[in-house]
Amino acid sequence: MLAVTALALLKLRNLFAVAMLAGIYSLLSAGLFVALDAVDVAFTEAAVGAGISTILLLGTLSLVGHDQKKSTRSSVVPLLVVLVTGSILVYGTLDMPPYGDPGNPAHHHVAPHYLEESEHEIGIPNVVTSVLASYRGYDTMGETTVIFTAMVGVLLLMGGVRRREGSATLDGKPDREGDAHGG
Amino acid sequence: MNVLGLVNYWAFIFLMMVGFYILISQGNLIKKIVGLSIFQTSVFILYISMGKIRGGTAPILMSEGDPVYSNPLPHVLILTAIVVGVATTALGLSLVVRIHEAYGTIEEDEIHDHDLA
Repeated sequence: MLAVTALALLKLRNLFAVAMLAGIYSLLSAGLFVALDAVDVAFTEAAVGAGISTILLLGTLSLVGHDQKKSTRSSVVPLLVVLVTGSILVYGTLDMPPYGDPGNPAHHHVAPHYLEESEHEIGIPNVVTSVLASYRGYDTMGETTVIFTAMVGVLLLMGGVRRREGSATLDGKPDREGDAHGG
Repeated sequence: MNVLGLVNYWAFIFLMMVGFYILISQGNLIKKIVGLSIFQTSVFILYISMGKIRGGTAPILMSEGDPVYSNPLPHVLILTAIVVGVATTALGLSLVVRIHEAYGTIEEDEIHDHDLA
């Protein structure tokens, strides 16, 4: 189903439909995350990927129009690049441990420590939360810095647009507020 | 070599490559950004599938029983990556709006023509 959605995205030229399908793709992958035991990731993906991203896309479309022109360039070179990259990646998976095997190396480094000790050390039943906020707290702080930087960038770019348009036509469009806020 | 244990990785690589193809073959800048986010989401699924243990459950500690928990570490990394991904998308889209303001189009070919003229 994910593959069908992705292929439909490739073919569609109405960008509103593309935005909606991108949201559906995020929602489907959130369902897949639940099936893979990652409930925290699933609701973040549903809220951020399917929600905020779609709002950002729609806000942009309201500013730039929603029809894609037919491309004249050839698709042979991109297809070749994609096929080569894909086969290199498939070659890389040949050494990967099989899916779902409890003996995979990834499950025998720090993960058992988190699962066994975090209840005494942190005291939160949700292991993902205690790893995110405590063991890897610096990661989360770096993430906040990234979001702050991105927000400053968006505000600088969009603020410039608003000022110039405002001085030229004297009607500010409210759509842009959503964009700046979401970033 | 156990082929069945690797098929799911190949499915996610196919999804990644569809996103990558959208990113490099389409001339429309918004379509490119959507392709990038498809690529991102597929990488997230690949990571999460590495943390899955067969017969496991979500890593929320329970007092009764002796359940097998899936690996929580990939979940944490991908939570961070999702939020960073939406920050990237927001910045990319605001660049698209800025390009549209400067050139009056979001088609890459027309922007090149505009630059040459």
